[in-house]
Parts: sequence; structure tokens; C-alpha cells
Amino acid sequence: MSDSPALSRKDVMGLLAKAAPDRLAMLIANLGPEPEIAWLRPPETGTVMLRGRIGATGAPFNLGEMTVTRCVLRLPGGKVGHAHVQGRDKAHARRAALVDALWQADPQGIETAILAPLRDDTEAARRARAARAAATRVDFFTLVRGEDE
Amino acid sequence: MTAQAFAQQALTGGFAEPASQSARAFRMALAVLSQPGTIRQVEGAAPPAPLSVAAGTLLLVLADRSTPLWLAPSHDTRELRDWIAFHVGAPLVAPANAMFILGTWAALQPVDRFPIGRPDYPDRSATLIVETTALNADGPGLRGPGIRGTARLALPEIAAFRENRRLFPLGFDCFFTAGDRIAGLPRSTIVEAA
Amino acid sequence: MYVAVKGGERAIDAAHAWLAEARRGDAAVPELTVAQIREQMTLAVNRVMTEGSLYDPDLAALAIKQARGDMIEAVFLLRAYRTTLPRLGASLPLDTAAMTVQRRISATFKDLPGGQVLGPTFDYTHRLLDFTLMAEGEAPRAPTAPIRDEPVPHVTTLLDQDGLIEATPPGEAEPGDLTRAPLELPADRALRLQALARGDEGFLLSMAYSTQRGYGRTHAFVGELRIGLVAVELFIPELGFSVEVGEVELSECETINQFMGSKTEPPQFTRGYGLAFGQNERKALSMSLVDRALRWQELGEDDVGAPAQDEEFVLSHADNVQATGFLEHIKLPHYVDFQAELELVRRLRREALPEAAE
Repeated sequence: MSDSPALSRKDVMGLLAKAAPDRLAMLIANLGPEPEIAWLRPPETGTVMLRGRIGATGAPFNLGEMTVTRCVLRLPGGKVGHAHVQGRDKAHARRAALVDALWQADPQGIETAILAPLRDDTEAARRARAARAAATRVDFFTLVRGEDE
Repeated sequence: MTAQAFAQQALTGGFAEPASQSARAFRMALAVLSQPGTIRQVEGAAPPAPLSVAAGTLLLVLADRSTPLWLAPSHDTRELRDWIAFHVGAPLVAPANAMFILGTWAALQPVDRFPIGRPDYPDRSATLIVETTALNADGPGLRGPGIRGTARLALPEIAAFRENRRLFPLGFDCFFTAGDRIAGLPRSTIVEAA
Repeated sequence: MYVAVKGGERAIDAAHAWLAEARRGDAAVPELTVAQIREQMTLAVNRVMTEGSLYDPDLAALAIKQARGDMIEAVFLLRAYRTTLPRLGASLPLDTAAMTVQRRISATFKDLPGGQVLGPTFDYTHRLLDFTLMAEGEAPRAPTAPIRDEPVPHVTTLLDQDGLIEATPPGEAEPGDLTRAPLELPADRALRLQALARGDEGFLLSMAYSTQRGYGRTHAFVGELRIGLVAVELFIPELGFSVEVGEVELSECETINQFMGSKTEPPQFTRGYGLAFGQNERKALSMSLVDRALRWQELGEDDVGAPAQDEEFVLSHADNVQATGFLEHIKLPHYVDFQAELELVRRLRREALPEAAE
């Protein structure tokens, strides 16, 4: 279990967007019945133009697009949840927006039930990749140092 | 980048059924432009004042992130800017760079500052959404494409539209909106002198 | 004269039905799933995403399946689908310095912060067919090593510190978008990079190769090639802040070229830049070389008349969907055009050979 730093809403939304859809669905199911929601913006799939920078640090240019699904919903208590998630999974966008709204009402409860496990998943995936990359890192050693006569 | 979050009212008032409502409203927008002088009803948007239902619906259907919009002083309010940012996404720009122009006829003056297209791209011109208080046939005669004989439409003035027709194939196109009703006046229509 | 005809609908329907059957192949062989293509034909998926200009591995895998492995047809399908989607916005510029690298190599410096990380590469393989892949079996597991959490700065920043390499062009101007406005020439570098990023890998490879062989000498070193995940951040107006919406895998290549200096610039190194979706290093490398070759005017170099220096030639012919559309349309009926040509040739022959007309 990772620490529970005080997350900003930006961090929460980023974590939810990048979560594996099945995993997020399972964690939400553990919370019990879902509240009734009202759509302010029903799930909608579109694209976002991804921008790079010339020479990695210079002026921006348009690289190509990515699919993104977004939605906005309101809980009976009035909290409004937003989501913009990569891909075309409308159910995932709905769940991300739902948890965004639930978190505003109960940050600590959602942190324990959903955010901490998601963070652990993300960190585990990152470490798995990084450990494989580390194994392919080259350690140079000198065979012979020749001196010209 | 930080800015202030929108009030909740900015998040309401969009289409409830985007696919069918936008298709229906788009059909009406086509009808009034292709048959100048006819008046149709559109619905679906519930924008903040002073924007009419008709003008709000037109924005939802026609404008998006790729269509820069100029809000005339009559309509340049914080509430409306936020509503447009959420539901439409059109960037707000100066009159000379806009593809859509929104306001009352008085607030739009002078109208010769709006893009009229270029000879090689006549389509790079502005579409005006003119908010009026009443739409009816109590006005000058209209002739031209899409009109059998003569039609009539109440207009805020005559000279500006005659001047616009003179620029053809350049020039701007207009929608007139009042409540939930719209009419259209494309650049191809000849407005008869009073 | 000609006779207008109508027909072929039944033949077309039957042809499409046969296409579907042929796509499936021998029904005794299990059908490929889209997930299998996505996971096991990853580099094909990456190419279709890059040239289709849409990052969505599932859709790219579906396009490959539907196109029976015809990559340009798959790119075409993805481009066509893209046009049906609304544009929701533009990301903040991707921060490739913050990439979680799985591969990062430099041909210019042996020892550098972050190290040389080979990643899952074909380099150093012997290009011998591996017949064990014909048998089903356990996938080997990659070894792991302790993680060294250290920053992986761009190699060019090392040269930048000494002023030995040209500065990157600064600015936050809204870049032009050739998917929204037709390309007009001359194009600025941002537009050129967009066109090259969408461009056909084979075309760019040939152009880049031509510069190496002397057609527009721009002897290039791979300053750095890095591949890994980069977060995508989007500003959300209604929230007033930006959020991460996901992660994309990118291949980035920075080439370093010698530059003798000009009237206004001292001798220094110059740069070429390439960026592509997924692990796609041949594309990123080719793009970088062609980007550099197209910059001859800006850098005050001579126009030696090399194809890769010709902006109009390169940008007008890099797009494989445009190219194949125009090329393949000549298969479609041109009966009337040809009838006119036939009449013309007959008339000319009558004039040239009056006796033949007797």
C-alpha cells in the first residue's frame, strides 16, 4: 500500500483517466450500488490533436490525433464529475467522472477504496517496465587501450 | 495554466439528444438559407441570457473549436463566454478573424470589418447571427436563388445588404434569430430598394 | 459516340462477399482477433497509427485485419474513420524529456546521464528465421535489473550548454494544421513536420537514404533515439486547469549534423527532428534526416538540386493515401476519355497515312 499524499483534483483525474478500465470498474463495484447520475454532457468520443515540439524543446507542431472520450455528470448531492479519458470507452469515461464526483464528496473514503489501489497498479506497471529497461542498459568496459607509437 | 472554473449553470443548456437534435436544427438552418425569406423554428439549446434559443441552437450546430467566433458587445458576457467554451468550444477572436459573428444588428456595426472571403476562397467569409426582437414578412422584397418570384422579410436595414450583394461571390451570409425562430439571408439574395 | 451504361452492382456485391471470405482464409485455421493483432503485430499497428495520424491501437489493429494486412489500405481506413470524430481540443505540447524510456541510445556519446538503454530492439539480432516461433510455446520472460531512478536528459541539451549546437526555435505560436487548411507552400517547419509525421515510411526512408548517399549532403549522427511513454495533458476550460488524459508511446529521434557556418551563423552543429507514434524508429530516423535536408534555405546552404531538398516535391508526394488514391483511380472506368483518344489517334493516322484510309 502506498502512502496517501494529499492529491489535487488534477492528480485524481489523471490517475482515473490512466487506470485500467476493468480494474476501475471492479473497485467501483466494491463500493456498492452506484448513485443515480444526471448527465450534463453525455459521453462523447472525439479526438485531441497531440502536439510535439520542434527539436523536443522548441515551438509546437501538430503530430497527429488521439481518440478521447469525455463526459460530465452530476450526483444527486450536486457534486459535478468531469472526465476526459484516452480511447473510446464510454463506460470508462462515465466511471472516471463518477469517481471524480464521489471524491469531491469524500476524499478520504475514495482515496482508500479506489485511488490508493490504482496508484499501486500504476507504480507496479512502471517498475516492471523500468526493470526490463534497466536490464538492457549497456555497461561499457575497456578491453584494450591502444597507444599509437 | 490555471483559470477559474465555470459556474454550474454554464454546464447546462446543451442538447439532451445531440445526434437527433443537431440533425434537425441543421436541416432548418439549411432550409432558411436555401429559401431566403422563410421562417423556421429550432430548439434544443437553453443558453444564458441574452442569447436566444435559436441563436444558441445555431451555435451548437454550426460552430466548434475550428470556427473562431466574435461576440459583439451586446452578447459579450462572462456567462455566455463560459457557456460557449463548454458547449461549443469556439475560440473567441477579433471581428476580422471570425468565421461566426454574433450580436444585435446595432452592436455589429460597422459590418464592413467582417471577413468576406478571397476570390480563390470565397468560403473563407463570416456568417452573421443577428439577434432581433421579431421575425416576420413585413419588409423589403427579396429575389434570387431559392426564391420563386419575390419573398419578403423584415430586415434591420436595406443598404448594408444591397452593398453585400454587390460583392458577390464574396460577402457574408446572415441568419436572423428571434426567440426560437430563424430566417436566413445568403449573400446571393438581392434585397429590393425601398 | 458512346453509350451510357449502368450495371455491375451484382458483380460488386459478389466481389465484396468474396473479399470477406478471402479475408477469413481457410476456415480450419483459427480466426485472428483484433487483440492478437494489437499485441503481436505491434509495429504494424504503430505504423498504421502514425501514418493514419490517429493514436488508437485497437482501431489500427481492426484496420489491419479489415485490410487483410495491406498497410496503406489500413491507413486509409483509419484516416476515413478519423474524419467522423469531432475535434475536442489540442494537447499541451508533449514533454519528451519526461518520457519513461524503454529504449534510449546515442551514437554520439558513449557515456551519458541515463545511460544507453537498448530496449526491445531488432539491432544485434542475426536476422536468422527463428523456427521455434512456428511451434506454440511459452513466451520467454525478459530479465530484469535493479531500477536506477535517474533523469534521462536529451543529449542535445549537453551540446546546448556549450553553444555547440543551434538553439531550438522558441515560441508558443498556434501551429498550422494541414488537416484543417490545405497545405500552401512554402510551409513553415511546424507544417513540414506534421506532413512528414503522416508521411509514408517507405517514401521517407528512400528520401533519407538519398541524403546519405550524397543527394543533399547532410551527414547525420543519431544524437539520440528514445522510445517510451509520455503523458498527454489537456487543458479543460470548464475546470480551469489541465489534466492528464492518458499516455502515448512515442519514438523520438534527434539527428546532429555538421554545419560549417554561414554569413550570420558561426560553425556549429545543426539538428533534424523526428517523432512518431509507438516504437517506430526507422520512421523517426528518416523523418529527422528529411527534416534537416529541407532546412537548407533557412541555414543558408546551397541548393544542390537534390530531391530531398525540394519541399514541394517531398511534401506533395509523402502522403500515401493521397498517392494511392490518385494512382489507383486510373483502374476505374475511363471509357469516354479513352474513346476520345482513340478517335484522335485514328484521325491522326488518317492524316499521316492517307492511303491507309482508302
